[in-house]
Amino acid sequence: MLLIHCPYCNQTLPEAEFTYAGEAHIARPSDPSSVSDEEWRDFLFIRTNVKGPHYERWRHFHGCGRYFNAVRDTVSDRFLITYKTDDPRPELSKLLEKSK
Amino acid sequence: MTVLTHAFTPGPIVASGPVKLTLMAPVARFSLRLRAANIPAVSKAIGVDLATTVGARAANGTTETICLGPDEWLIIAKPDDTETLVKACADVYASATHSLTEVSAREVTVRIEGERAAELLTIGCPRDIDTIPVGGGCRTVIDGVTVVLWRDAEQSFRMDIWRSFALHVIDLLCTGCKEFAAE
Repeated sequence: MLLIHCPYCNQTLPEAEFTYAGEAHIARPSDPSSVSDEEWRDFLFIRTNVKGPHYERWRHFHGCGRYFNAVRDTVSDRFLITYKTDDPRPELSKLLEKSK
Repeated sequence: MTVLTHAFTPGPIVASGPVKLTLMAPVARFSLRLRAANIPAVSKAIGVDLATTVGARAANGTTETICLGPDEWLIIAKPDDTETLVKACADVYASATHSLTEVSAREVTVRIEGERAAELLTIGCPRDIDTIPVGGGCRTVIDGVTVVLWRDAEQSFRMDIWRSFALHVIDLLCTGCKEFAAE
């Protein structure tokens, strides 16, 4: 079982308490009626599907209930970092350097 | 359609063996949500200094609180204190906005105690029980069901379980007790 660090509880806890919530940092268009059908489709459905470090959202469902962001390597399942939703997106190069 | 739910009569469930299970008497329960800035005012109103670390507890007499999330607390009180507590919070609402919801009927509480109580929990709880300090607690999961676990002593726990899942979880704990008895 994966162990995931919840940035709100500040504890590293078993995966069974968490749920996956898709790719992170996808902003909803501020004025939906002004975007084209293609842009709206991209917002709704088109994801990067990365092989490697992936910015994604998780929710501490059976715990504090909060959504947070994480960078997880989709190949090794290793978490590089987890951070609060209002924290800035961490630089990938720095994360990779730190994890070496 | 009216569905008759289990009566949940308080009393012993498993009375002997290395772990005893007891269904506890009903208590008043409240879910409290508020922003950090309003914590002092609401703490004063309910008479308990709300803890701000997730999993930490604070109590004053029979009123107990546990911090379940960065902006969420669970309050347990005597059923008789319900009105006083609701009124005290309503009085500070204008200056300290919060949400106080009575959820007394939502859960039942099972006391789990005995020399192997912590071990029994591992039947369905993936969290490392040893990391929960005595006098602390947490919201976690047992066999797919969200529960609130209070650790009162090294081998004494209270588990708040939503009523509709309670029969399943209690049954699971009973199975564990039978396994201990069969060893």
